[in-house]
Amino acid sequence: MNSGSTESNPRGAGLGGEVAAPGGTAVAEEDAAPATNGDPGPEKARSLAGDAWRDLRRNPVFLISSGIVLVLIVMAAFPSLFTNADPRYCNLQFSRQAPGDGSLLGYDLQGCDIYARTVYGARASILVGVFATVVVCVVGSLIGMFAGFYGRWVDALLSRFTDIFFAIPLLLGAIIVLATFPSGQGTAEWVTIAKVVLALGVLGWTSVTRIMRSTVIQVKQADYVQAARALGGGTRRILMRHVLPNAMAPVIVYATITLGVFIGVEATLSFLGIGLQPPVISWGIAINSAQDYVRQSPHMLLIPSAFLSVTVLAFIMLGDAVRDAFDPKLR
Amino acid sequence: MGRYVIRRLLQMIPVVIGTTFIIYTMVWALPGDPFAGKCGDRACPPAYISMMTAEYNLDEPLLVQYGLYMVDLMQGNFGETFRGTEIVNELLQRYPTTVQLAVIAIVFELVIGIAAGVVAGLRRGGFIDNLVLVSTLVVVSIPVFVIGLVAQIVVGVQLGWLPVTYDGTVYSLILPGFVLGSLSLAYVARLMRTNLVENLRSDYVRTATAKGMPQKRVIGVHTLRNSLIPVVTFIGADFGNLLGGAIVTEGIFNIPGVGNMIFRGIRDREGATVTAAVTILVLVFLLVNLFVDLLYAALDPRIRYE
Amino acid sequence: MATTEPSAAPRPPDAGAAPLLEVDDLHVEFRTRDGVAKAVNGVSYTLSEGETLAVLGESGSGKSVTAQAIMGILDTPPGYVTGGAVRFRGQDLLQLPEEERRAYRGRSVAMIFQDALSSLNPVFPVGWQIAEMFRVHEGLSKKDARARTVDLMDQVRIPAARERVNDYPHQFSGGMRQRIMIAMSIALDPDVLIADEPTTALDVTVQAQIMNLLADLQRERNMGMILITHDLGVVADVADTIEVMYSGRIMEQASVHDIYGAPAHPYTEGLLRSIPRVDLKGQELSAIKGLPPNLSRIPEGCEFRPRCPYAQQICHDTRPPLLEIAPGRFSACHFAQEVLEGDFDNAEQ
Repeated sequence: MNSGSTESNPRGAGLGGEVAAPGGTAVAEEDAAPATNGDPGPEKARSLAGDAWRDLRRNPVFLISSGIVLVLIVMAAFPSLFTNADPRYCNLQFSRQAPGDGSLLGYDLQGCDIYARTVYGARASILVGVFATVVVCVVGSLIGMFAGFYGRWVDALLSRFTDIFFAIPLLLGAIIVLATFPSGQGTAEWVTIAKVVLALGVLGWTSVTRIMRSTVIQVKQADYVQAARALGGGTRRILMRHVLPNAMAPVIVYATITLGVFIGVEATLSFLGIGLQPPVISWGIAINSAQDYVRQSPHMLLIPSAFLSVTVLAFIMLGDAVRDAFDPKLR
Repeated sequence: MGRYVIRRLLQMIPVVIGTTFIIYTMVWALPGDPFAGKCGDRACPPAYISMMTAEYNLDEPLLVQYGLYMVDLMQGNFGETFRGTEIVNELLQRYPTTVQLAVIAIVFELVIGIAAGVVAGLRRGGFIDNLVLVSTLVVVSIPVFVIGLVAQIVVGVQLGWLPVTYDGTVYSLILPGFVLGSLSLAYVARLMRTNLVENLRSDYVRTATAKGMPQKRVIGVHTLRNSLIPVVTFIGADFGNLLGGAIVTEGIFNIPGVGNMIFRGIRDREGATVTAAVTILVLVFLLVNLFVDLLYAALDPRIRYE
Repeated sequence: MATTEPSAAPRPPDAGAAPLLEVDDLHVEFRTRDGVAKAVNGVSYTLSEGETLAVLGESGSGKSVTAQAIMGILDTPPGYVTGGAVRFRGQDLLQLPEEERRAYRGRSVAMIFQDALSSLNPVFPVGWQIAEMFRVHEGLSKKDARARTVDLMDQVRIPAARERVNDYPHQFSGGMRQRIMIAMSIALDPDVLIADEPTTALDVTVQAQIMNLLADLQRERNMGMILITHDLGVVADVADTIEVMYSGRIMEQASVHDIYGAPAHPYTEGLLRSIPRVDLKGQELSAIKGLPPNLSRIPEGCEFRPRCPYAQQICHDTRPPLLEIAPGRFSACHFAQEVLEGDFDNAEQ
């Protein structure tokens, strides 16, 4: 197909159509003109992924952001690699001391080492982000696949259901969920984290559902899938072989950006005092407790804020880079 | 146009019913103690429990509860805080301030966001374009509460340009409004830039040039209007985030609006106040979206005649 | 904003002697991250009043890019005119400052595009888009412009023009939309009309109607028309002269009669053979083998050599210039005479 070869050359997209489209003879040009409304076979998906990967490896934005993400993951998994200090050892004597004097980034209100607490704080943020994203992707994909594959009333019902959840803004909905299931000082750490994951997951899945549903519907109409069904191909096989590879790219892009967004929302919830709660160590909580001392001890605010922002930025840029690689037209 | 409006209104109904039902169920009907965390750190006083049980008909079956709750909502009866003030009175007293704040934020979004996007898009690859791309990315990645706290200190206290706390004047809402609008402003700028760049390459803009239209007219009339359409829809869809941001912003700047009521409610663990006020915000969001949809149809004739 | 002062009709000094439109050794290239694509490499042709010149070629042959360069609507970047001249009645349009050049667009040289749906602005009524020509170029009032617009829509045979003037492009059929494009292009009575694949996106029955309309309008107004197409069937009926383009160069130039009688370039021959013909029913259709060259790596020697059934060593070594091989006939082939006389016929199977 002509459209295939055009897409395999993403840089060509910026040219006038005439140069970009390598038409065959006068007859072949007729084929090139109408946009192919989707028979992106697994064949093309693979070559597209290959091209995307080649593009990504040369893209500095991708390299930097994935490097930051990698460091953050290691930090979340093995915080002790980054600091010797104990984040839970606090000495009121050092309260709000500025950086220097034996501590890299100073002390917070309780006299805890800020650097250590920030390093250890990565874990909660990453955990919430990753788990909420996984929940959203799994739930969203399943509902979207069901709706798209079975169509008719199943689709109508599930789509209206999706619309309803879609209509509730993420932060507002999460506040309602967390106000209903409040955590306190006594709540176990993992329960607190699970609640925040749940609050984000309950409201965040709708976009994945929409992506998945439209991919399934698109693929279902493709000739080769019709053929596979006529030949008695099983539902599961069709979903695995044809739908998943096609939906992969948009879902991955969405998931990456959403991971960053979720980390930001988690911090906002924790800042409001309704998300993660002490004794969990988290950036949002640190910023919350710093806000009354911004004028006197700005380092208490700025350090966790910087980590938070860089993390969110890294995920958003990573998602952007991946999307550009898969869909050069968006740039 | 008329049929489109009616269709959109009809489509709204199940969504409004669905969202309120879900919120109501989460707040009052899920297993567990519905009064946990609704009265501060202590357990709710029995008098309050019995009053709220009667108010929300918690002894009835779920659907009846919900139906009565909706009737109450329509009559403007949102229950009481556990201290005994009518939530509706507090809302009525507070919402004008929040509306002012939101309007200021949206004005910032539109004016600065669109201007930055247009300038960047017209000089694609230039210095301003790169400046806009980088600075918006930075703004997008910094949470609004950090922007708020830093702006308060730097602009308000150190530079002393604008008041840091609310004194009842619109002037004192400028800084909070800018903070609240900053995230969306960044998105609007990027969206505007992308649309403009895309439309400048479109066939109909080429036609306008081929027609011998002056460059100003090609951009000002033929490109801008088409590029603005997605921005309008974005502002509608993003309004929910704006309301969420208002909770944070009003909290930080101590502005006595609806967001502040929620902010305080969370701090004081007044679950009933929080959930009632947030439900109202969700409904406002739905209404704004409906309005934006209609505006969208007015701007794009292709939608109107669907 | 709408009331720009009416731009005076441009009138170069030696308007009488010079040809209506002359493209002289035009070069256009696209500069991309992947390299430079040479889209047009030394194209020359002239057009006189009332003449229809057909430019024939596959996609990527540079025929549309040439037209865009004439109009001055190349996307820059990545497209750049790197050499040559486009003279309208002797005035080189490429040398004019943008503001002066604008006065020629629409008024002296107008253009119709292939896809009328995407070429019309979706958010303005069609009448508004046509009336814009009168309002901006001639400073007419809303009311007068509207009256002229309805009149024009009648002329391009849009039924119920008065009622439809406020409709939007998406409310029209493909054929009607193309009529609106045509109405817009002839609004100011241009001397040259460039039609870039005006019928490609349309149904076959509608294609004929649009071509007839264009032919009628051209005759009535004595316009010079450049018809860009890859459809040889369309060309035969309306064109006077044909330019065959390949890889950004003109391969053959001749009258319609001559080319259909006997092509003088193997590429033209290949194009003609690939048209289905009733009298050859049952025989296999021949297509030209291979693909057009990548414009950033045009081969040495003759551009068509890799696909040419008659290629010899000389085709590899020397690029054949466009030479006059008979009165009014030009061909860029080392073996033009042989092709013309059919001497190669036994060489291929």
